[in-house]
Amino acid sequence: MPNRAKRFHLKTAFFILVIVIFAPLGNVLLGKGMKTIGAATNWNLGGLFHVLLQILTSPYIALGIVSLLIFFIAHMLVLTWADYSYVQPASSFSYLSVALLSYLILGEKISVLRCLGIAVICAGVIVVGRTHPKTTGAH
Amino acid sequence: MLELVFLLFVVVAGTGGELCVSRAMKSLGEMHDFRPASLVDFIVRALRVPWMWLGVGMMGLAFFSLLAILSIQEVSFVVPVTALSYTAGAIGAKLFLGERINRQRWIGLALVCVGVTIVWFSKR
Repeated sequence: MPNRAKRFHLKTAFFILVIVIFAPLGNVLLGKGMKTIGAATNWNLGGLFHVLLQILTSPYIALGIVSLLIFFIAHMLVLTWADYSYVQPASSFSYLSVALLSYLILGEKISVLRCLGIAVICAGVIVVGRTHPKTTGAH
Repeated sequence: MLELVFLLFVVVAGTGGELCVSRAMKSLGEMHDFRPASLVDFIVRALRVPWMWLGVGMMGLAFFSLLAILSIQEVSFVVPVTALSYTAGAIGAKLFLGERINRQRWIGLALVCVGVTIVWFSKR
């Protein structure tokens, strides 16, 4: 039934879109929160507990976790019907959106070298994704 | 140096966790019904699969390592270098799930590693 196949593709595309937006957004928020808290300098139990307390009370971290939870649930749901080896390359666009979001929200300067590296990573992920999705079982 | 240690934790524990979760979810089958009651039922069933707990534990470890590396490096650096997970995922799938990795897939994975290396050199 072509209608059913179309709905199946739309459903998959929608979940991939949610993954590509919310995963980088979550990371950007976590980055913002951790930059506010600062790197752990004291690695004993008390020092780590202090950092953990700051992490648990940071609103940026909380928002980041919510965003990553949305990503995580979408990811889990899409994995119940789509192959991992299809979902993984399709979500490679998050590497582009993370650069864009860190530039827009955090004001990070994205060098040409970093852009080139991200482009090569995406190319690699797409090459991986264009291989046959099933390699186990009988052919 | 410290970021390299945290990166390895993010990559190895994160990929291991995803493989475990993927395995758990596949054992539950495709979801068709998205009403809240069936979502709750689905989550309860998911929590009964031991692979889910192992997967979530490993992802938790990866998460705190991610926070650690984010506290010392830029987001636009950290996220791309974690793409190393693709290579870890392929090796994991080959070793634990018996997947065969053909030449084209190896070429793609090599490209990912080249890209990660380039991004690594953009470290500030």
